[in-house]
Amino acid sequence: MGMTITEKIFAAHAGRDGVTPGELINAKLDIVLANDITAPIAIKEFRKSGAKKVFNKDKIVFVPDHFAPNKDIDSAEQCKLLRDFAREHDLTNYFEVGKMGVEHALLPEQGIVVPGDLIIGADSHTCTYGALGAFSTGVGSTDVAAAMITGEAWFKIPQTIKFIYSGSLNKWVSGKDLILYTIGDIGVDGALYSSMELTGEVIDSLPMSGRLTMANMAIEAGAKNGIIQPDEITKKYVETRAKREFKFYESDPDASYSKVIEYDCTKIEPQVACPHLPENTKPVSEVSDITIDQVIIGSCTNGRLDDLRVAAEIMKGKTVAKYLRVIVIPATQQIYKDAMAEGLFDIFIDAGAAVSTPTCGPCLGGHMGILAKGERALATTNRNFVGRMGSPESEVYLANPAIAAASAITGKITSPDAL
Amino acid sequence: MIKGTTWKFGDDINTDEIIPARYLNTSAPEELAKHCMEDADPDFMKNMKSGDIIAAGKNFGCGSSREHAPIAIKTANISCVIAKTFARIFYRNCFNMGLVILECKDADKIDNKDELEVDTENGIIKNLTKGEEYPVSPIPAFMQELIDDGGLMKHVSKKINA
Repeated sequence: MGMTITEKIFAAHAGRDGVTPGELINAKLDIVLANDITAPIAIKEFRKSGAKKVFNKDKIVFVPDHFAPNKDIDSAEQCKLLRDFAREHDLTNYFEVGKMGVEHALLPEQGIVVPGDLIIGADSHTCTYGALGAFSTGVGSTDVAAAMITGEAWFKIPQTIKFIYSGSLNKWVSGKDLILYTIGDIGVDGALYSSMELTGEVIDSLPMSGRLTMANMAIEAGAKNGIIQPDEITKKYVETRAKREFKFYESDPDASYSKVIEYDCTKIEPQVACPHLPENTKPVSEVSDITIDQVIIGSCTNGRLDDLRVAAEIMKGKTVAKYLRVIVIPATQQIYKDAMAEGLFDIFIDAGAAVSTPTCGPCLGGHMGILAKGERALATTNRNFVGRMGSPESEVYLANPAIAAASAITGKITSPDAL
Repeated sequence: MIKGTTWKFGDDINTDEIIPARYLNTSAPEELAKHCMEDADPDFMKNMKSGDIIAAGKNFGCGSSREHAPIAIKTANISCVIAKTFARIFYRNCFNMGLVILECKDADKIDNKDELEVDTENGIIKNLTKGEEYPVSPIPAFMQELIDDGGLMKHVSKKINA
């Protein structure tokens, strides 16, 4: 019996010839990640255990990105815990505010995570790195504490659902729309405990930015990971960035899947996820007369250079609707610099949008764009749960950067074609 | 044996409802417990009593990996959480930090304010209000080992010192 890419990565990191779904294994980790929300608990647990040393100072990554730049005194104290720990253990990968970015945009960009890796992170969107052909998944702080000591974690081998995206993409349809469409189809627990393997001719030609967006939102279907087989696009993306050697794994033709789901992408139009679950998706043409108070373009889902380019293309020479707050958040300092050099900031600022330093900020209702009672936002982020961006009586709609940019001009949810 | 009154919630209760991110600028358990379940039921902490049980539908704990969610529930002195299914990171976190959670395919039959008696050893939930009994999905052997060791950190310490 053949193995899937996920099973092969597990087997290699557990020192085994093969693994099968349902089996429990202990595996060696390549990267262990935490942020300013989750690391403080991990650090406390690490200290409580009496451990004196981390397993490998190059393999632990701390990124203060959620409530950084520190939004209040308590957040400053949390970030200080990370900084002090990083200093004490001389961590190679600690990113201070001027070098940082939203963790899941930063790690692939900096070549810290590479194809073939086994990665855990105390953040649910750690599944993003599956886009590179790595296994990566979100865990809690206690798992990270244990992993910082041992360099290992336990895993139950998941079943794999294979998704085949065939046909070709319609105008304005991106990785974001494909994953929203998928979550709308299978539901927020449609891939619970499972691995989502994303395949097909559409994925084969999808740029790395779109692949990262898709793997990023696998968790919104309850999945353990989302993964894409590495190819020429992957190679081109990682070869200039990788800090370590990388390895390409691929699924065997006779690998076994719990389910195979195929989508004809020619039938998919840009998607909008309505409140209060990412599965409440509709084609943008069926969402009309939804007025908005705020637009957020950014996050680990859609804050990459390609995303900002699409938004700028639509907003160029236009003006943001009156009384609408539009906030553009490049996901990393490098993206910030590149966008600035390309003149994208001129376009955003001339249109009347604000450009922020990288932060997770508003995506999780932290800071830099919080909603009041009764307000509504359209965001390129990943969750639209009750109270996600502020007041429990506010609403969040999710969409791709093109729809966000078009909506920024009209003040209501709009397809770029309608401008 | 756990005995308590239930607070019933629906499907897909996410970690933002269990502990909203606006309170995540601290990881102090007592502070987090003050806001437990706040965005699902703003009066939850005002009305619940120590030892009460949370019951819910499918996919309880979906969303973020924040361990603050099980910490808030545990520190609020909820004795256990029963749901049809749990989101996987939440499930793993509960075992790692010692909050009792039970997967039960009959969770939909439990209503708000039902009196339950939970026999974790034999995997039986008795609904005293309705006079019904529901079997609990068995806890995987490895998870039981974690519980017996007192959580993941103690399990790891035991292994290091072995």
